Amino acid sequence: MDKNYYGWGLPVDISAHGSQIDQLIIILHLAMAALFIGWSVFLVYTLIRFRARSGHEAVHETRHFKAPTFVEVLVALFEFFLLAAFATPIWLSVRQEFPPDDKALHVRVVAQQFAWNIHYPGEDGIFGRTDPRWMGSANPLGLDGSDPAAKDDITTVNQLHVPVDTPVIVRLSSKDVIHSFTIPVMRVKQDAIPGESIPLWFEAKKTGEFEIACAQLCGIGHYRMRGFFTVDSKEKFGEWLKAEAPQ
Amino acid sequence: MSESASSIRYINRPHPVTGVTNAKLGIWCFLASEVMLFGALFSTYLLLRTGSASWPHGPATLNVPLATLNTLVLIFSSVTMVMSWASLATGNFRKYRLYLGLTALMGCVFLVVKGFEYGHKFEHHHFPAASTFYAIYFTLTGLHGLHVIGGIAVNLYFLFRGRVLWQRDPERLTNRIECAGLYWHFVDLVWIFLFPILYLL
Amino acid sequence: MSGHADPGLPFWRKYIFSTDHKVIGVQYAVTGLLFLLFGFGLATLIRWQLAYPGQPLPLIGGWFAESQMLGGIMLPEFYYQLGAMHGTIMVFLGVVPLAVGGFGNFVLPLQIGAPDMAFPKLNLMSYWLYFIGGVIMFASFFVPGGAAQSGWTSYPPLSVIASDGQTWWLIGMAFLINSSLLGSVNFIVTIVQLRADGLSFGRLPFFVWAQFVTAFLLLLAFPPLEAAAVLQLMDRLAHTSFFMPSGLVINDAVVNISGGGNAVLWQHLFWFLAHPEVYVLVLPAMGIVAEVIACNTRKPLYSYKGLVLSAVFIGFMSFIVWAHHMFLTNMGTVMSTFFQVTTMIISIPSVVILTVLVLSLWGGAIRFNTPMLFAIAFLPMFGMGGLTGLPLGLAASDIHLHDTYYVIGHFHYVVAPGTIFALFAGIYHWFPKVTGRRMSETLGKIHFVPSFILMNCIFFPMLMQGLAGVLRRMYDPLQYAHAQAAQPLNVFASAAAWLLALAQIPFILNFFGSLFWGRKTGENPWEATTLEWAAPSPPPHGNFLEAPHVYRGPYEYSPPQAKSGFWPQHVKDPR
Repeated sequence: MDKNYYGWGLPVDISAHGSQIDQLIIILHLAMAALFIGWSVFLVYTLIRFRARSGHEAVHETRHFKAPTFVEVLVALFEFFLLAAFATPIWLSVRQEFPPDDKALHVRVVAQQFAWNIHYPGEDGIFGRTDPRWMGSANPLGLDGSDPAAKDDITTVNQLHVPVDTPVIVRLSSKDVIHSFTIPVMRVKQDAIPGESIPLWFEAKKTGEFEIACAQLCGIGHYRMRGFFTVDSKEKFGEWLKAEAPQ
Repeated sequence: MSESASSIRYINRPHPVTGVTNAKLGIWCFLASEVMLFGALFSTYLLLRTGSASWPHGPATLNVPLATLNTLVLIFSSVTMVMSWASLATGNFRKYRLYLGLTALMGCVFLVVKGFEYGHKFEHHHFPAASTFYAIYFTLTGLHGLHVIGGIAVNLYFLFRGRVLWQRDPERLTNRIECAGLYWHFVDLVWIFLFPILYLL
Repeated sequence: MSGHADPGLPFWRKYIFSTDHKVIGVQYAVTGLLFLLFGFGLATLIRWQLAYPGQPLPLIGGWFAESQMLGGIMLPEFYYQLGAMHGTIMVFLGVVPLAVGGFGNFVLPLQIGAPDMAFPKLNLMSYWLYFIGGVIMFASFFVPGGAAQSGWTSYPPLSVIASDGQTWWLIGMAFLINSSLLGSVNFIVTIVQLRADGLSFGRLPFFVWAQFVTAFLLLLAFPPLEAAAVLQLMDRLAHTSFFMPSGLVINDAVVNISGGGNAVLWQHLFWFLAHPEVYVLVLPAMGIVAEVIACNTRKPLYSYKGLVLSAVFIGFMSFIVWAHHMFLTNMGTVMSTFFQVTTMIISIPSVVILTVLVLSLWGGAIRFNTPMLFAIAFLPMFGMGGLTGLPLGLAASDIHLHDTYYVIGHFHYVVAPGTIFALFAGIYHWFPKVTGRRMSETLGKIHFVPSFILMNCIFFPMLMQGLAGVLRRMYDPLQYAHAQAAQPLNVFASAAAWLLALAQIPFILNFFGSLFWGRKTGENPWEATTLEWAAPSPPPHGNFLEAPHVYRGPYEYSPPQAKSGFWPQHVKDPR
């Protein structure tokens, strides 16, 4: 795994939507730094100028300042600008405006202690029926063998392969406790909640091998619930699917 | 009572601005927190019920006649609670004991009836773990039952310590019975909410 | 500390099961400080594992049981116990008992000119419920399977299937919640009913206002958590399914429960408490800072009204922001927008409070004594904590930062160099009132300077790690490539944390040493104006020699009428 993707700042971003999130984070931090530094300079200046010393006395009547009110209103307006111009539109596009079903790759991701089960529908494009009763170490997803749609389904553990430049719709769920499906380089993070099937989508813009992490404490092995996220070229992805398909 | 610098004020006399004694304000605050406690549990009930595929019909699963009887018992006990306070306020200590005793007795009757209901459910293996309906039923009525037990304990204390307290400071005892009454009415009120949502809907 | 309690009582009624608010306040404060030290100790162990994962802990590694550390190497079970219990202890057993139980109990009745709390026996009960809760939490480390290990947030279903420690945690929490409830009833009634003659609400010191709002938050926000704790106990002990959805499969076996529950319900109930709880941690701290700043700038606060209105507004708003902790639980745009808007709104009064406190310095004659240093340091540190809340409060940036070290850095900036510095300021400020002796200024400054620097060395790297995507609650930070890149920051922060532990030694020496050798002081060593300084130091049972009457607002420093430079609330004519 290439360590050049990561450093002390934001990790590299290979997603279609991530640059918006990064932009928001950067704007926020610049504004925060400006506020904090300006404000600290004022604080230090005040502390030095009004230190107790002989010949200096405190004034009882407080001067009324107009500037702070102005700054406060400005900060409040800035916050609502960020909300309206960045946060809400990004959230809307990431969480609700899904790509059309026929243009996207569909994958199910089912979390468990401490692994990610990946489920591709196979050639027929239909996920086979699953049931908790069939779940076991040999069949972690509980696929129902009697369902014809299940015959061509591809399942992997901890190996999520996707083609580049293609929207991917993930249906996320969990078998046991709450997990959180995280791909840092994709700016993707979503809780996997047992009893719910949560849709999310993303689109990778670069090929490479990256990692999937669990962001929600899920037990003793939480720290090693690591998956692999591989973005292949479209051709390579097709070959991989063929190789993985059940004989 | 004289009020020197080191004695706490407004124990008997209402505060001139707020118009209440310390204890009364305290019990109202306490009841506000109780509202939040049962409010959270009622919200839980709502959320689980709306989120469930099927929910048993109250009258078909629970014993409505017994619960109706219990509702009447609690309402009656609220009346006797008021009467016991009114008796103290008019200086009739004997009647106070009679009515307070009746209130405590009604509380016990409520618990006994509730015990029969529980026993009946257990006989049919309807334990809290059986379904979310039984889980919420036992949790809500159980927590309410604990509140009833607490109320009975307070009432019994004032029943048996009443004479001493009455002789020491009649005004203070009257105030305390009023506060105990507020609590008792609250417990009654919770049941008035529990009865329809669990048994009737 | 002699002379606090009723002199006619035997020792155990006077100092152990006392009903005197001052004794109870000191009990709360000392117990809270001990728990803070203990909780900090847990954090230093966590820091070892984060800096040097899998390496045996030197020197003290052998002291632990084999179920905790095998050959000095920390086991993941123990790591997660440390994490959960560090959070629980710092918040519920350390900061709140010290800020509300300690300072609230001791200072508040004095500041309003009351002889005691409204319900002294209830007060006694509050402390002992807290104490029992603390003992249960502490003892849970020694039950089979160890203490709670599902995080201080205890999210089900994980917490429901966890070992017995979780049951102990829930029972301990029930004791702590009931203690807080009784305490908050007591505080509200005391403030409303027992103010001295002439002390209208508009003349209350800001500290009292802060405690007043805090008491309402505790009163109304804690019961839902109590309800949640009852439900989780039912899930654990009676095998109900409040938080357990249908079809759970754990270790390849279908769990034998009825199902039908909702795992996210707990989070709603928990955060409905835990967000107001943040303000429970912060408001008393702001109250202390306001008192110390007004006294040591020798001038009135910039805008008393602004402070009070902001505190009350924060109190109301804090009940409708809770779900900003839950953006990633499949929340729609409408819900997330609502909680983002409320979150942005609640940031405004916090900014107002901070601005008022900073502007209060303008025009003063600032005395840089130890309490003032800690109070001033609170301002930028809390500012840092508040600012870093913004990227977390906006759902879009929260996608990247959620559950990373950015969150840890953010709330520690609020609570550790924020609230805890304010609490130190309070200790140095009111120590003379409690004991009749001053703490050493030299040791105080030796305590302050390294603490201030090291706090930043610990928590600033966490913000950087968070931006790099390093996730919280990782037993082994080297598992992930993105975390390996930021590992040097972990080593640095850990070293700073251990040095910070050493930096507390001057404080401990100062605290105990000053009890015996501190310079004796009169009733008003800081030349302050509020009522607590009108009572003798230490105040006797009943507090005031005669009931005080209040003539003016709380911060009349350097008024033109008074030659002495301050005009106490209870003094009719200027001196």
